[in-house]
Amino acid sequence: MAIHAISLIVNGTKEQVQVPSNMTLIHTLREKLGYTGTKNGCEAGECGACTVLVDGEPVNSCLVLAVEMDSKEITTIEGLADSGQLTPLQEAFAELNAVQCGYCTPGMLMAATALLSRNPYPSEGDIVEALVGNLCRCTGYQRIIDAVQKASRNGGAR
Amino acid sequence: MKISESGLIGKSVPRTDVIDKVTGCAVFVDDIQFGPSLLHSRLVRSPYPHALIKRISTKKAEELPGVRAVVTGKDLTARLGLYLIDRPIFASDRVRYYGEPVAGVVANTEDIAVEAAKLVKIDYEVLPAIYDPVESTQPDAPLLHPDLGSYTVANFIFPEPGTNISEHFKIRKGDVESSWSNCAALAEGRFSLPPIEHVPLETHTSIALSEKSGQMTLWASSQSPFAMRDMIAQCLGIPHNKLRVIAPLVGGGFGGKAGVTMEACAVVMAQAVEGRPVKLRLTREEEFVGTSVRQSLVSEIKVGCDKDGNLLAMELTYYFGGGAYNDYGVNIARAAGYSCTGPYDVPNVKADSLCVYTNHPVGSAMRGFGMPEIHWGLEQIMDQLAENIGMDPAEFRLKNCVRTDDEIVTGMKMTPIDLEACIDKVSKAIDWEKKEQPTAPNKKRGKGIAIMWKAPAMPPNPGSAAVVRFNEDATVNVEVGGQELGQGSFTIAAQIAAETLGVPYNSVTVSSPLDTKYSPYEWQTVASRLTWSMGNAVKAAAEDARTQILETVADHWGEEVDDLTIKDGLVISFKSEREQPLDKMVIYGLPNEDFEGWKGGPVIGRGHFMPTYVTNLDPETGQGTRAVVHYTVGAQAVDLEVDLETGQLEVLNIASAYDVGRAINPDLIMTQIEGGAVHGMSSAFEALKFNESGEVLNPSFVDYRIANIADIPRKIHGDYVETPIGDGPWGARGVGEHVMVQTAPAIANALYDAVGIRFSDLPLSADKIYLALERKNETG
Ligand code: FES
Ligand code: FES
Repeated sequence: MAIHAISLIVNGTKEQVQVPSNMTLIHTLREKLGYTGTKNGCEAGECGACTVLVDGEPVNSCLVLAVEMDSKEITTIEGLADSGQLTPLQEAFAELNAVQCGYCTPGMLMAATALLSRNPYPSEGDIVEALVGNLCRCTGYQRIIDAVQKASRNGGAR
Repeated sequence: MKISESGLIGKSVPRTDVIDKVTGCAVFVDDIQFGPSLLHSRLVRSPYPHALIKRISTKKAEELPGVRAVVTGKDLTARLGLYLIDRPIFASDRVRYYGEPVAGVVANTEDIAVEAAKLVKIDYEVLPAIYDPVESTQPDAPLLHPDLGSYTVANFIFPEPGTNISEHFKIRKGDVESSWSNCAALAEGRFSLPPIEHVPLETHTSIALSEKSGQMTLWASSQSPFAMRDMIAQCLGIPHNKLRVIAPLVGGGFGGKAGVTMEACAVVMAQAVEGRPVKLRLTREEEFVGTSVRQSLVSEIKVGCDKDGNLLAMELTYYFGGGAYNDYGVNIARAAGYSCTGPYDVPNVKADSLCVYTNHPVGSAMRGFGMPEIHWGLEQIMDQLAENIGMDPAEFRLKNCVRTDDEIVTGMKMTPIDLEACIDKVSKAIDWEKKEQPTAPNKKRGKGIAIMWKAPAMPPNPGSAAVVRFNEDATVNVEVGGQELGQGSFTIAAQIAAETLGVPYNSVTVSSPLDTKYSPYEWQTVASRLTWSMGNAVKAAAEDARTQILETVADHWGEEVDDLTIKDGLVISFKSEREQPLDKMVIYGLPNEDFEGWKGGPVIGRGHFMPTYVTNLDPETGQGTRAVVHYTVGAQAVDLEVDLETGQLEVLNIASAYDVGRAINPDLIMTQIEGGAVHGMSSAFEALKFNESGEVLNPSFVDYRIANIADIPRKIHGDYVETPIGDGPWGARGVGEHVMVQTAPAIANALYDAVGIRFSDLPLSADKIYLALERKNETG
């Protein structure tokens, strides 16, 4: 299989990496670059656990090939908190216990971050629509909705 | 009972793990890095639900470049099991479910492992399969385990060799036969539910490493690393000290990561490639096809009451579809047997609870362990009986529900609870008396109520241990063997330790990952038992450490221990009002006068807890002094509406209340109640589907739907009651599983209220509801 040298900007840092043509972004992030915060729940685009931002847009990282991502800006869960300072969204998730096992949480936070940056004051319907592809088996979702609303009042994604 | 001094008990302190979880720092097993030595693996699974294995040829697979080893069950004769040891690690002579592991391939990369798995050639002779647990008890049913009589079995499990029955639990209490004629009303029904999956977001993953020294290390997504070690060690003849199980945080368990699923396969594969770690990570498809399921159940129930609505008699038969092998299955049938009546006071009971082999995936524990299964029928039949005697369903339950000190179905005295308070709370929350209008003319609206009970289902003597270690700066490490699955067990452990020690909550860290090499023993993280059992162990360990500190300081000051306490990290004397900070002294001790020697030293507290009072039950009558440690009870009420044109059902409001004994962390209880209500609702629509030839038809998130954010009730209300038990920490008991036990029947009762149709068989679906509505219209 052909190997490609690509460069990505992950959480603001330029990364050079060699990837086989069939390697998806999730495996590149997790196995090649060590960003294991991004979670793998299905590898089929059906659970949202692997959501990252590509040039600010939420993307299922299990569905895109790394080679297509050459020179793009990727934000992962590790890129949200800045020198220990949580984003209002992370803070709201923590404060409201919108987290149980935490496996869906990185994907949820990335999808919600994208929502708040394009729509700082989403309605409940907007939140549901933005997160409908992110499955959670633990929380029952209500606290996730509440946390997004709380973060929206407290200054949005950042 | 000592009332909490610093007020940490009953306080909704933040979760210990939450910052790690919102920043992506939380480590799950798949996140551990092994570097270039890591090998990958794939299982070869049976394409038939029941077949004899005629021949396995691994040659082609072995020849593929990059393949390191191909393993089969050929030389593995020992079996795995918890209560009934019946399961091979790899099937070698016969497969008993679609997806059963037959071989494993280890390779340099995952892609090569996948390719090689396709090259393992297996010849089968297909046998007739059986799926229905009732049919499987019949004499002409294909026999799944001809060797049942030779399997090792726990002394409280009663299989019937020569049949497919792996457990038969009986209750014979009072005189059911002669009671029927005294009944003013009867209700009878047959109910069923299909196998469903746990569906954690994290699939089962493990990595095993076998070293030349004989040391085996297994990293696993596990709810019960100690039970996993015990089962695998026994099966493979590895000494316990040579098998180390490391279990980091678990990305959802719900019972599916208790016991052993595929981890033993990883161990056997690692043995074939000594010195190299081997990763086995299930795909989502395998998670649906190849892991244990909540067992199917067919229940037959007859119940009667007198003219005032007092329950007189109950006759029950439970047929649990245990699947191909027993993980927890036999003990689920037993638990369903000793709790067979549900939370009701019934003087005459005849019950038979059977676990039956079928050609479905391994039946196992899922959140509630037998209770969601039996309450599905029980809580509907109680509604029917209430209707037949002309009583309101809530009033009927208030009249008949079990109360503290009642003699319950096994003859045991009911432990302290207040179920009436739970019923009252949910009735109020849902405005039970009020008939609500539907939100649109094409809809019908209804309300339903259901109650539940559940005891931790386990052997009589499962133990918990804990260690409390001080650091130089008086921060504390608490070591436990109970797992954090999201339910908040580490937070509870930290709260209990901080409260008991008199130190700030945020100075306490609970050690993760669990590691059988270092962590103190814990039987398993199941049965909602940690807050109670592990909580007791942590409390004892903290008390031990506290005593060590106070003795040193009392000696140093020449005072009595009883005059001292620890508050906010300071030892203080009520008598002399002296103060001694904990830092340094908890490691270095304190000097004698004029530094003439020292006293004290590193403070390590140890504690354990094990219930000692549970008794066996008579195998013919199911009667005994103390069947279980305690019960947790609760109620749920549902307000829903149904779209008559589509059959679509929408839950508008769900209210829950449980008696938790004592709320250590109220908000964590609410998170369980809310999450459980949605899980319970989702479960009413879930089913693992099989075609004629036993193949799983819906092994993906698209085809096996779990509730998403758009599906949730408009309102989820949670509440709790506190009736303490004698042997819980501050009176607390668990509630992690109870929260979904009665949701499906509460929905079914509300559906009946809305449209006048009883749905006895899960899953519910819009199609099913729509067709039933049509049929009803046709017949008028
Ligand atoms: S892992 Fe990408 S959507 Fe599930
Ligand atoms: S918190 Fe466990 S899946 Fe969402």
